[in-house]
Amino acid sequence: MGDPMRIRAAESNGIVDVKILMKHDMESGQRKDSAGKLIPAWFISTVSVKAQGKEVFVADFGSAVSKDPFLNFKYKGSKGDKLVVSWVDTKGDKRSDEATVS
Amino acid sequence: MKSKIFLLLALFAVLTSNAIAQSSFDAKFQKMMSDGFRAEGIAGLDRIQQDETQKFCSNPKLINTKQGALKAIELQKLNMASIVQPTDGKYIGDWKNGEAIAQSGRGATWTDKPDTVNGGGCYNCHEINKKEISYGNLGPSLWNYGKNRGYSQELITYTWNRIYNSKAYNACSNMPRFGHFKLLTQEQMQDVMALLLDPQSPVNQ
Amino acid sequence: MKQRFPKASMRKTFRFVLGLIIIGGVSAAYAQSTADEIAKYRQMIADGNPSELYEDAGAEVWKKPAGPKNASLEKCNLGLGPGVIQGAAAQLPKYFPDTNRVQDLESRLITCMSTLQGISAQEIIDAPIQKGLKKDMDALVAYVVTASKDQKIKVSVRHPKEKEAYELGKRAFYYEGGPMDFSCATCHGSDGKRIRLQDLPNLTTQAGAAAGWGSWPAYRVSSGQFWTMGLRLNDCYRQQRFPYPIYGSELLTAISMYMAVNANGGTMQTPGLKR
Repeated sequence: MGDPMRIRAAESNGIVDVKILMKHDMESGQRKDSAGKLIPAWFISTVSVKAQGKEVFVADFGSAVSKDPFLNFKYKGSKGDKLVVSWVDTKGDKRSDEATVS
Repeated sequence: MKSKIFLLLALFAVLTSNAIAQSSFDAKFQKMMSDGFRAEGIAGLDRIQQDETQKFCSNPKLINTKQGALKAIELQKLNMASIVQPTDGKYIGDWKNGEAIAQSGRGATWTDKPDTVNGGGCYNCHEINKKEISYGNLGPSLWNYGKNRGYSQELITYTWNRIYNSKAYNACSNMPRFGHFKLLTQEQMQDVMALLLDPQSPVNQ
Repeated sequence: MKQRFPKASMRKTFRFVLGLIIIGGVSAAYAQSTADEIAKYRQMIADGNPSELYEDAGAEVWKKPAGPKNASLEKCNLGLGPGVIQGAAAQLPKYFPDTNRVQDLESRLITCMSTLQGISAQEIIDAPIQKGLKKDMDALVAYVVTASKDQKIKVSVRHPKEKEAYELGKRAFYYEGGPMDFSCATCHGSDGKRIRLQDLPNLTTQAGAAAGWGSWPAYRVSSGQFWTMGLRLNDCYRQQRFPYPIYGSELLTAISMYMAVNANGGTMQTPGLKR
């Protein structure tokens, strides 16, 4: 189970602005450590966001996304929507956090 | 008469207590410094023992006095006297290596190894080749260094001295003493010289 | 031999100086626009400062019973009373009667972890950077400084030991050493200076000190790490080619005191976001 995310979601005029901070190293597999060895690839592969059980956002992250990724998107929704944000990484580790739209 | 004696005694007491307070503060400071560091990697505790120049330049109040100005001249003479000219008589090396040395900020930290090749870190403080836009401004621009000043032996020697020990000309110069503290080898300094003083160097185009 | 300055070389000199001014202006403008772009980028991502993740972790560490005494840090006194973190970082460093010395945030957290939780202070000091007890410390620092965000920097020099810490820190600030003769003042002692393209705040003035002291601790995007003030000072000394400063030492507290007092009246922008 990965480290907790921080999720903020606020609704205005029927549009919910969602901001998500994820804690995760994002190694492309191309960097070398100080000894010159290749650091193995390890990054979030998929992020999915469900609002009231319905998928409102899905992303295939790749090796180009930087460490501790910050994601910001909007969808049509309402105050009180239950959001579930989940990610899966290349090692098969998962994380899921919930938030309520304010 | 009694009041005069009293005043003199009071003055004496104040001066003495100031002196005691100052030396007690000095002692506290020295203890704080020696308790505040430990050796790590190649960085030993000898590095916080100051030479005369460092001691003087650590005192901004003193530097700006008449006494300070005189001391500065004395220290400049001292630093100048310790400069060693290149043992092979060669002042100009390879500017391509010089550029690499100017770009590298490596070496001498506690995370460096004893065999780490030191860089000069010159771009940290100076503009050198105009093509390099990532440069600092702690020191003056060296663009067209040779082109603007000519290539006289006087200038060449002056430049060598500056790189070897900048404090020979300015006691509290912010520039490290690259030769004096063996931060750069003779060959490296000859290469940096070439970057500045080879008419073919990109710096002089 | 008498030196002569023929007219031709004077014209050349004039043209050279004029050219320098123009080129200097252009490359300074280029460097300035780069610095402006960096400031714009920082504003753009200010909303997603990964320091917040450390803050969340810190809130957990603060509340979680730990150490041989199996106690939380909820009674930790950072100068405004047991458990009060709102505004605490903005008034540190300060004199604490229970330890009879001036302490900065990290030094005080060491005191709380050892007295409330029974954790060995030496173990915290010796823990490797960003691992184990230092990792907990980083999180706690993020948590506490966030609770002072946007507050006025208000550090006291009323107590004689606070005055003394300031003076000791000032002297340490100007202390030249190591094979490069660097002191803090070498880089942070005048206005308008930068190393490569990294602007350096003048820590001897109110404005510069407020910019520097007020924006660390911070998340460093280039390394993806959260740096406390202790780590920032540690890396300064490393680059100054000094020996290793001891974590939680009087030295680091004194230097912090010097910067914080100079910064008085400024605003805490912690946790910051850096390149």
